[in-house]
Amino acid sequence: MAKRKTAVPFQGTAEQEKKLREIIEKYKSVPGAVMPVLQQAQEVYGYLPIEVQKIIAEGLDVPLSEIYGVTTFYSQFSLNPKGKYEIRICLGTACYVKGSGNIMQKMEEELGIQDGGITADGKFSLDSVRCIGACGLAPAMVVNGEVYGRMTTDKIRDIIASCE
Amino acid sequence: MNSVAELNALREKYKGSLSLRPISKGGTRDDNIKREILICGGTGCTSSHSTDIIDAFNEEIKKAGVTDTKVVRTGCFGLCELGPIVIVYPEGAFYSKVKVEHVKRIVDEHIVGGNVVKELLYPETIQDDGSIIGIFDTHFYENQCRIALKNCGNIDPENINEYIANDGYAALAKVLTEMTPDEVIEEVKASGLRGRGGAGFPTGVKWGSIKRDDQEKFILCNADEGDPGAFMDCSVLEGDPHVILEAMAIGGYAIGAHQGYIYVRAEYPIAVHRLTIAINQAREYGLLGKNILGTGFDFDIGLRLGAGAFVCGEGTALEASIEGKRGEPRPKPPRMTEKGLFGKPSVLNNVETYANIPQIIMKGAKWFTSIGTEKSPGTKVFCLVGNIKHTGLVEIPMGTTLREIVEDIGGGIPNGKKFKAAQTGGPSGGCIPESLIDTPMDFDNLSKIGTMMGSGGLIVMDEDTCMVDIAKFYLGFTVDESCGKCTPCRIGTKRLLEMLTKVTRGEGTLEMLDEITELCHFIKDNSLCGLGQAAPNPVLSTITHFRDEYVSHVVDKKCPAGVCKALMSYNIDPTKCRGCTLCARNCPAGAVTGKIKEPHVIDPNKCIKCGVCYDNCRFGAIYKA
Repeated sequence: MAKRKTAVPFQGTAEQEKKLREIIEKYKSVPGAVMPVLQQAQEVYGYLPIEVQKIIAEGLDVPLSEIYGVTTFYSQFSLNPKGKYEIRICLGTACYVKGSGNIMQKMEEELGIQDGGITADGKFSLDSVRCIGACGLAPAMVVNGEVYGRMTTDKIRDIIASCE
Repeated sequence: MNSVAELNALREKYKGSLSLRPISKGGTRDDNIKREILICGGTGCTSSHSTDIIDAFNEEIKKAGVTDTKVVRTGCFGLCELGPIVIVYPEGAFYSKVKVEHVKRIVDEHIVGGNVVKELLYPETIQDDGSIIGIFDTHFYENQCRIALKNCGNIDPENINEYIANDGYAALAKVLTEMTPDEVIEEVKASGLRGRGGAGFPTGVKWGSIKRDDQEKFILCNADEGDPGAFMDCSVLEGDPHVILEAMAIGGYAIGAHQGYIYVRAEYPIAVHRLTIAINQAREYGLLGKNILGTGFDFDIGLRLGAGAFVCGEGTALEASIEGKRGEPRPKPPRMTEKGLFGKPSVLNNVETYANIPQIIMKGAKWFTSIGTEKSPGTKVFCLVGNIKHTGLVEIPMGTTLREIVEDIGGGIPNGKKFKAAQTGGPSGGCIPESLIDTPMDFDNLSKIGTMMGSGGLIVMDEDTCMVDIAKFYLGFTVDESCGKCTPCRIGTKRLLEMLTKVTRGEGTLEMLDEITELCHFIKDNSLCGLGQAAPNPVLSTITHFRDEYVSHVVDKKCPAGVCKALMSYNIDPTKCRGCTLCARNCPAGAVTGKIKEPHVIDPNKCIKCGVCYDNCRFGAIYKA
């Protein structure tokens, strides 16, 4: 499946980079280091932006194209950051006819981002999902695993405000 | 540890720590421990908050001032349906579906008061005369034979001493001191053990095909269990991680490898955690590393995590992934035993295969061949899931019939429904129809009827299941997971899915069924790896055994099971409807109308067939047609 690159600017800290370089150093001489380094790098950054992939490519002396190939092959690796609050809105049939399209639109307006995006402060990410099996609660929205059922557009502001 | 004598001394020392449990080996028990509370820490029970229950027990015991009771977190017992499972020894009291709020009562009445809380026991364990039986004496376990699962639910997987106390690492000590590598291979060959990952290749033959030379070699463990509905390997890794380390060391000795790798999927965090602990403990004890038990044999194991790609369960793709590459398979030959990981000869075995090895070494090939069938000796672990009363993990001798598994062990189909089919082998397998329910389950019989043993997922389906829909489900999985390297799999399965989708929408024709069959055979014959070659199996087996259902979809434009949404509708039986308005209030599409206390109707044009009305109706007035 195609993976889109994130539009959010890279905000890695010096501390994160130090950690990453330590990981690279630890695995440099280990055969087949690419996977464990990518996995641990994703733990440090939460995702694998091209900037991080470049550091890994140079550090392990592996072509960037190969690193990118591996990153995009496995579904566990993400090129997009996730927000502190991961918002998922169900666009399955039941939720859609109950107006989840409007919920998505309103949410996009409130957060100022598109479906699949993340706010500049990294606080909220927004994704549409297929049926989550809560058709009886349609339209449904999930924030960090907590399900909000029978959503209406006027509840959106309160829910956003409740996210500290 | 530097010698076998030290290992044996350690075993003697800790033997008593198991004396309260059914696996007791005698020995002197620590007199300060009078009771043990074993709590399942497998993935299933952990998901139902068994960790909170463990914490609650520790806290309540402390509060009550009890010092003679130990809380032990074990691996999976197998009866996942009844989890979280708590067993109190020495009574063997089996508390099922335990909740945190039950803990105080169990501690107060049972641990402190000495009276088993019968109300909270699994009802089947209470006999007519009021006495109780243990979990392993219940009907579910009656026809089981636990070899690979020997330690699961019996020991603390994070404590190497308990593993050693129950004969752990004795087989490794035996091969290192009493057997030559050739003798080990001969013993495994004689046992007839076949690969439990699905294909059933004889393990001893695989080990024996490695050339004896000075070249570096690797021994690998495939723990990338990816079939939907399968969690056998996960349970072994979580419940008994040391058995894998011991078996890999034995295999390493046999083939001349000094380095092993376990490739485990990252989706199994508990298994990864326990394997990491086990490897560290084994290194600390000198059971991995240089000069194991003073015999001069060096062997170590590395852990490699998958990253969410089903294809990595295929041998050559798994190797590519360990090497840090995209997990794409390569054509064979050369076989992995000639040119495998990092271009060196490698042996790859599945988790469950390894779990049998130490006991084959200790008890001998003869003992192993006395279990199961002639061509498939031993046992097989199955994950019994789907429309079945007792979902869970079962280990049965090969040759047990599907009927015994479903009706006796699994307790039959719930809600008075009829058995329709069982699916084995995941996306590479097929369906067994009711007419073949008395087939003895072993490698050869299953492939004869168009499915395969597979890794051990056994999904039971009742009459409400549409076989076309099931085939479509598995194919959808394959399409998502196809690595894309070869065309027959990448494009062929997608075209196949498109045709099946048409069938489920009522847009199919009889000719299309022939086209589907033809394409299936083409994909089987031309795909690069085992996964692609097996991808059409779910379609082929359902089209063979349930052709009439396919025909109903394309000719009558009906889905007999009432699953395919385009071919069915929800209707209200006016004689049964009481006009309670529940359906109308819950309908997300506003398709149900009617006055209170009068029969309601569903507008087929508005209905989105979500089934909420059907699920909510208290009078059974809504039916599918």
